[in-house]
Amino acid sequence: MNQISHKSQIKKQKKTICFHCGEPCKDDQIRLAEKAFCCEGCKMVYSILEDNDLCNYYDLNTMAGVSQKDYSNKEYSFLEDQSVVDRLIDFTDGEKTKVHFYLPQIHCSSCLWLLENLSRLHEGILNSRVDFLKKEVSITFSASNMNLREVVELLARVGYPPEINLNDLEHQEKVIDKSLYYKLGLAGFAFGNIMLLSFPEYLGMNAKANTTLVYFFGYLNILLGLPVIFYSGWEYFRSAWQGLKQRHLNIDVPISLGITALFSRSVFEILTHTGAGYLDSMAGLVFFLLIGKWFQKRTYDKLSFDRDYKSYFPIACNKKVEGKEVSVSLDNIKKGDMLIIRHGELIPADAYLLDGESKIDYSFVTGESDLIKKQKGALLYAGGRQMGAAIEISVAKKVSNSYLTQLWNEDTFTKSNKVGEVSDLADKVARFFTWVILTVAFATLIYWLPKDMGTAINAFTAVLIIACPCAVALSIPFTFGNVLRIFSRQGIYLKNIHVIESLSKINHIVFDKTGTITKVNSGSVHYRGKPLEEYIEQLLFSLVYHSSHPLSKRIKEGIHDQLPLSVLDFEEVKGKGVRGRVEDHYVRIGSNDFINGLSKKDTLKQNVYVEVDGEVYGAYTFDGAYRQGLNQVLNRLKKWAGLSLISGDNDREKGILLPLFETERNLYFNKKPADKLNYIKLLQSDNQYVAMIGDGLNDAGALSQSNVGIVITETTSNFTPACDIIVDAKAFEKLPFIFSFSKLSIHIVYLAYSIALVYNIVGLSYAVQGALSPVIAAILMPLSSITIVLFGVGASTLLAYKNNLL
Amino acid sequence: MYIIVFLIIISLIIAIGFLLAFFWAVKDGQFEDDHTPAIRILFDDNKTKKK
Repeated sequence: MNQISHKSQIKKQKKTICFHCGEPCKDDQIRLAEKAFCCEGCKMVYSILEDNDLCNYYDLNTMAGVSQKDYSNKEYSFLEDQSVVDRLIDFTDGEKTKVHFYLPQIHCSSCLWLLENLSRLHEGILNSRVDFLKKEVSITFSASNMNLREVVELLARVGYPPEINLNDLEHQEKVIDKSLYYKLGLAGFAFGNIMLLSFPEYLGMNAKANTTLVYFFGYLNILLGLPVIFYSGWEYFRSAWQGLKQRHLNIDVPISLGITALFSRSVFEILTHTGAGYLDSMAGLVFFLLIGKWFQKRTYDKLSFDRDYKSYFPIACNKKVEGKEVSVSLDNIKKGDMLIIRHGELIPADAYLLDGESKIDYSFVTGESDLIKKQKGALLYAGGRQMGAAIEISVAKKVSNSYLTQLWNEDTFTKSNKVGEVSDLADKVARFFTWVILTVAFATLIYWLPKDMGTAINAFTAVLIIACPCAVALSIPFTFGNVLRIFSRQGIYLKNIHVIESLSKINHIVFDKTGTITKVNSGSVHYRGKPLEEYIEQLLFSLVYHSSHPLSKRIKEGIHDQLPLSVLDFEEVKGKGVRGRVEDHYVRIGSNDFINGLSKKDTLKQNVYVEVDGEVYGAYTFDGAYRQGLNQVLNRLKKWAGLSLISGDNDREKGILLPLFETERNLYFNKKPADKLNYIKLLQSDNQYVAMIGDGLNDAGALSQSNVGIVITETTSNFTPACDIIVDAKAFEKLPFIFSFSKLSIHIVYLAYSIALVYNIVGLSYAVQGALSPVIAAILMPLSSITIVLFGVGASTLLAYKNNLL
Repeated sequence: MYIIVFLIIISLIIAIGFLLAFFWAVKDGQFEDDHTPAIRILFDDNKTKKK
């Protein structure tokens, strides 16, 4: 009887869903105006919107809200602290104040609508604008009507608590460099108009009959060409000059030579009325080069490649002062302060546990996957998350001196940029190129000088003009820029195009374990066996509810939406399972060995069997522990690269991992963040090109030290440590392609260079004879550039298609 | 024939006008967020005065 009533009760429960967020309601208790809510938080938000006539929110999208269940009442009193406020706001004139926040909850058009109508909730809000993709809202409020704390609290009240972390305090004004757009626009404008004015010349206008017109066109061209060389193209001269100062020939040297030759010869010809010049070619050249520059840039709204621990730490925490709780900003925390850390909150500094039972999730910081239990008096390292009831801690070290944050004092982090901003490949070619051009140009000059002074100068400049490595300079931006786009469509996000070159050289790959080759919180728990009635499920739920073993936790999450019953004689047998008596039923959950007395090992899969009153029902499988396709990924990579695993976790999974990595020599467990960094250094000192694949703060040092740092993340909006590549966990199986495709794209660039060479030989053969007419230059130069661009983009797209990357 | 000079000057002035319009658009940030305005335009202005 008891069982039946349980069942029907459960079935009825599942029917109602929350009007605000769409999550199932536990019971029908929370109601307002005939609408059911899953929690008080959701009801609160609804009532605020209802009172302010903002229910359009629900008309745009039904159940548009975000569940408020996990929403703890955050304290924002630290936002009264003027030093914090000053550093958070973007701009103020004493009255009008501008501020922007990151709101991770933004997900639909209702969010956008509500947040842009904030002014209807509070008269202090003057204006609010949302950037949907960045999930940011910029708010202008009047300082006399409300303060920053009230703004943040208003956002939190309607269900969008801003995420403010330590990094926000140090935010430098983000200046978006728009100059490239100006330069590009100007060059395009000049290119088009010069081309138009040069048309009569191409078509063979009778120069003798229309001298005034010819002069007019010429002078106008010079006028249009001036801003192209002195504004749009100026950065090439600057970069070439900087390279020369460091005795280094970069690709911009031959480009500058070419632009100078083009411009000076054109001006000379026009002013002396001896010809029409090549200004159209010059403007075109600069225009194409700038397009290349624009194309190779790719920014991802949600991603950031240079985060450090500051983006992970909160801005404030709760301090206990004379029995009362006040929230203080993190940089005001001193040694000896008493802090209160609640469920899910981060321990901001190394501290001693004073009171309460601490169960800390260090998975992100150390790679250890189990919760760590600590007793009173124990030292807790910063960065862990408290799970369970609130604890009281006493700060032992300042935030910046903590064990974890000290990692950032390593040299690795002060080094500016390991992946250079200049391409090695292009530089090598440029060096070779410059010498060849100069040799050919001077050889031509010396050959013609005794014969004819005019032809000598003519041929000399023509060589410099036609040999200008426009095509060479364009092949890398366009080919690699396209590869970047192909990758990003797969969920693989590269920091910039220079990463591709480094990728192609990798010969050793180091993996982290927790969160990298294993899933962080794999929800996929499958049950196989005799169907479980809801009541049986509840019995199992009750038993695992009391266990802190990670597998118990995952079974608990797998069942969810149950109420735990009381358990008698609860016992946890280490490494085997749990047993106990739940409402007169004897329940056991555990390994095959524990339940059936058999010790059979399942590779990569862990089975947990369940038994109620002596009857074995079936087993839960956790095939999600390792990422899908791990085996294939490692097998593919093994063929050409050395593989290592370095984990902060203990070695209990060694048996499973050994066959995958083949030798025990490359498996390292119980390693601290600094050990990981040193391991990468060791490999590099052995002339290895190392890629580190990790996920958490504990890998930050290794990621930064490695030649290419790759971060795997479940959701791209989450925190990711500084790295070169961010890979969406869904694209994990594509990992080998990142390397192989980078190698392919290098080959594409080489081929593009050969094509450029052919064009150059043709052009040079005209130039050395002193027979390069402006028309030939005007055709040959854009033609070679366009061929290279089409080839680079086309070939990389085709190869991606063949490799199923598109 | 010299009407061409006049016409070219006018055409250049118009072209410069477009160039300035482009500069203004860049400065105004029209190329920074191209997603949000697409959603924003779908909202009705005064739909909520029904209470």
